[in-house]
Amino acid sequence: MTELLEPHAIGTATTRRDGPAKVTGTAPYAFEAPADRPLYGHPVQATIGRGRCVRIATVSAEAVDGVVKVITPFTAERLAGTDDAELAVLQDREVPFRGHVVALVLAETPEAARHAAELVTVEYEAEPHDVELGADRSDLYAPDSVNPDFPTDTAQGDADAELARAEVTIDETYTTAMQHNNPLEPHATTALWDGGVLDLWDSTQGVHPVRSTLADVFGLPEDKIRIRCPYVGGGFGSKGTAHANVVLAAMAARAVPGRAVKLALTRPQMFALAGYRTPTIQHVRLGADREGRLRALRVDVVEQTSRIKEFAEQTGVPARMMYAVPNRATSHRLAALDVPVPSWMRAPGECPGMFGPEVAMDELAVALGLDPIDLRVRNEPDRDPETGRPFSSRNLVACLRTGAERFGWAGRDPRPGVRRDGRWLTGTGVAASVYPANRSPGSTALIRFEGGRYVVEIGAADLGTGAWTILPQIAADALGVPASAVEARIGDTGYPNATVAGGSSGTASWGTAVVAAALAFRDKFGSDPAEGAEATADTPENPAEEQYSMYAFGAQFAEVRVDADTGEIRVPRLYGTFAAGRIVNPVTARSQFLGGMTMGLSMALFENSVLDPRTGHVVNHDLAEYHIATNADVGDLRADWLDEHDPHVNPMGTKGIGEIGIVGTAAAVANAVYHATGVRVRKLPITLDALLPELP
Amino acid sequence: MKTFTFAKPATVAEAVRAVAAEPDAVFLGGGTNLVDHLKLGVARPDRVVDVTGVTSEEIREDDDGSLFVGAGVRNSDLAAHTAVRERFPVLAEALLSGASAQLRNMATTGGNPLQRTRCLYFQDVTTPCNKREPGSGCSAIGGATRQHAILGASEACVATHPSDLAVALTALDARVHVAGPAGEREIAFGDLHRLPGDHPEADTVLEHGELITGFTLPAVAWSRRSAYRKVRDRASYAFALVSVAAGVSLVDGRIDDVRVAFGGVAHKPWRATEAEAVLRGARPGEDVFRAAADAELAGARALEGVDGGNAFKIPLTRRTLAAVLRELTTEEPNR
Repeated sequence: MTELLEPHAIGTATTRRDGPAKVTGTAPYAFEAPADRPLYGHPVQATIGRGRCVRIATVSAEAVDGVVKVITPFTAERLAGTDDAELAVLQDREVPFRGHVVALVLAETPEAARHAAELVTVEYEAEPHDVELGADRSDLYAPDSVNPDFPTDTAQGDADAELARAEVTIDETYTTAMQHNNPLEPHATTALWDGGVLDLWDSTQGVHPVRSTLADVFGLPEDKIRIRCPYVGGGFGSKGTAHANVVLAAMAARAVPGRAVKLALTRPQMFALAGYRTPTIQHVRLGADREGRLRALRVDVVEQTSRIKEFAEQTGVPARMMYAVPNRATSHRLAALDVPVPSWMRAPGECPGMFGPEVAMDELAVALGLDPIDLRVRNEPDRDPETGRPFSSRNLVACLRTGAERFGWAGRDPRPGVRRDGRWLTGTGVAASVYPANRSPGSTALIRFEGGRYVVEIGAADLGTGAWTILPQIAADALGVPASAVEARIGDTGYPNATVAGGSSGTASWGTAVVAAALAFRDKFGSDPAEGAEATADTPENPAEEQYSMYAFGAQFAEVRVDADTGEIRVPRLYGTFAAGRIVNPVTARSQFLGGMTMGLSMALFENSVLDPRTGHVVNHDLAEYHIATNADVGDLRADWLDEHDPHVNPMGTKGIGEIGIVGTAAAVANAVYHATGVRVRKLPITLDALLPELP
Repeated sequence: MKTFTFAKPATVAEAVRAVAAEPDAVFLGGGTNLVDHLKLGVARPDRVVDVTGVTSEEIREDDDGSLFVGAGVRNSDLAAHTAVRERFPVLAEALLSGASAQLRNMATTGGNPLQRTRCLYFQDVTTPCNKREPGSGCSAIGGATRQHAILGASEACVATHPSDLAVALTALDARVHVAGPAGEREIAFGDLHRLPGDHPEADTVLEHGELITGFTLPAVAWSRRSAYRKVRDRASYAFALVSVAAGVSLVDGRIDDVRVAFGGVAHKPWRATEAEAVLRGARPGEDVFRAAADAELAGARALEGVDGGNAFKIPLTRRTLAAVLRELTTEEPNR
């Protein structure tokens, strides 16, 4: 890798460039895209768990004032690409899960569309459905690989033999709940089919990926599709891939050429149609010697996917590289159920996969009488145990130690359930975080000198993450100008190709292309460019990726209070310390870390999609009943970071930070609950009923 | 969402007539529950009659020490009122434990006790529900029951009443002022809500067209030493798993008078008369608190459920009651 950029704009705390437009309500979101006399779409969802539609009666719906069309599997256009069953909407009469779309109403107002949708009556031929995940199912299978392309199973050494002879072992099963991403802005699209061109505003984490998906589904050349998405009200992975809603919107637009169609999923619809995190069952076994050196580790994961489309969450993957364990085995098994299609949710793999093992590490520390930080330090590897490669940088130990100091860990009494503050039992817990420093090939950036300023064009997405603000900072340092001299233009397929804002890879992938374009620009035009001068460059290869293991690390510390009467759990303090390369913008970065930690707290104590096995659907499908952490649920929430210099990752020296904040948080909270109460809860979310029987 | 007509009458009498004349007409207060139900298809009225600005927005202390609260008073205004904070802490605490600041600014005192259950199946028109569609069956039994009843439920319905305010008003022996097609009447607050029995579609004893116009809270010695404790997973913006409203007066170290009501455990705010009987005249202590809870919970029945069921609510109610009584009998009033 070439030398890192000298940071001037990079590292400067600046507020969001998109902030004023957002807080004044003038930033247009996908549903608000300008459109003349738009129609509104409302999907009709199946109310059986499995089977098929025999008859769909649309007459009463069509009779509603303002209804223009009702599209059903019997009347919908045949799509060109139907390989992805999630996107093959209204192509057949089958109902693979409850909530599947069986019709779409188009009307002049959203109210009329919604009312008419209630009047569509569907006659079904129902079959028994099967939605219950369990580790003892006989039909569990091994997928070919796990997300995105990791081996399903791994084994090094002889984990079973070493577990059998280890001096101390932990052998427990940990479970995480089904969770839904629930961005504040629902999945929404404004679509217009005009003159053979599909023009979409879509709430997405990647305009170019949506374009290529729709090109396949509709059999259109990419230059006949334009996707715009300047602003996104959160995605957390659920807008990283196209879901049925955008295909429905585009299909509807093609059914009414020349008129725009607006389609926003309702909150309950999002629980069936916009992805979610699979529940996981993690059988974790650790074997160690008396000094706390790990000898063996097994992580065997069972989780679910949909019968119509496989998504295999890589829950067992982080345990493969986290600690120096000579004998390791990991596996993933799936149950294919009559359920909606699971997908990415903030840190797929790492987030659930650092719950079981990091609680197991705490249990091992207790069994050994060791401080849990010491235990982790004793098992710090000098190379990636999985690949044998050196780490480009690894500062887990520094995060643990610095975090411990900031949190006030020293002198912690390890005894559980002995501290009282009035009616509260109090305790503290720690867990480690990790997330790969991903970078995707395939982005292109353009830099143009325009009106005395430098314009950066790239189809990147800012889902509240800060791309609008940090791409100019990167370009500024690459060009040797102040950030104020740079303007970014993103979120449009009219700009050069950008990869998805996923896997915490956005800044590294797009930023590298921006740096390359800036260098090409200066090469070509020197420091005094003419108006209109422009240069483009692609994300270059990085040979160091073959030589080093690249990860960000962190340490999370939680203080919890448990009401001794009621078992209510509150979190007065949650601190995270991260080592994630160079931080481009401390303001937007802190929000990323804090947001991730809050979501991890939410996973620890609240988030739980309750799937009723009798009906086959998530019954707490709104934000009153699916609880997400509120401000009142955490007191002092802090994130900070170490100055980490990593010359290998990319020219900015950055590692992704969008996801690591959620990793390990739930384990830190669970470990603190144990310390407060002496009750070890291995099932998320941790609720008061798990503690009540053991309280004094 | 079904189309409906909207009426904005000028007087209570007009409002009552407007609703009474139409079988599928409803009153609209702050709309914090009804508007959700209109969108979800849970409520499908033909006529919506807005009573905001029609019912009284007055909070008045009368000479006999009682407090009148107009039905149009917003929850946030009632909670902030000096007389309420000083003389009826249980009421202020109950109000402030409910919903969010924005919702409390909208919600009316008259409408809040009439909000409907949060039963997941009641709110989901794709599942059977005897309360929403009489005779269609109860989906909650055998389903997700974490929020459901342990007291007074029936085979037809295991829903709980979600209002915090209503639990406090039950403990406070409030009187409900009602205007209806047949004239005005008064109802003891404890008699306003029903148990489900065979007719869970009826939450209250109000007849069609009857409108709550206000409440009177009688002056009672114990109300200054009162509290509301709401237990929930999330610290804010969540309905009660269990709540306890209680007030005591102590004479010579003994409980002279006492009121206890539970929320989150039954189809109506649950006045704990059995517990009160045990407590009255007793010296406060953990044994007495436990005996009081045991007396009240003797008939409690837990539900199994796909979310783990609600058996935990029985010990939780017992423990919460003890915690509230401990606090009220060991601390100074007006904490």
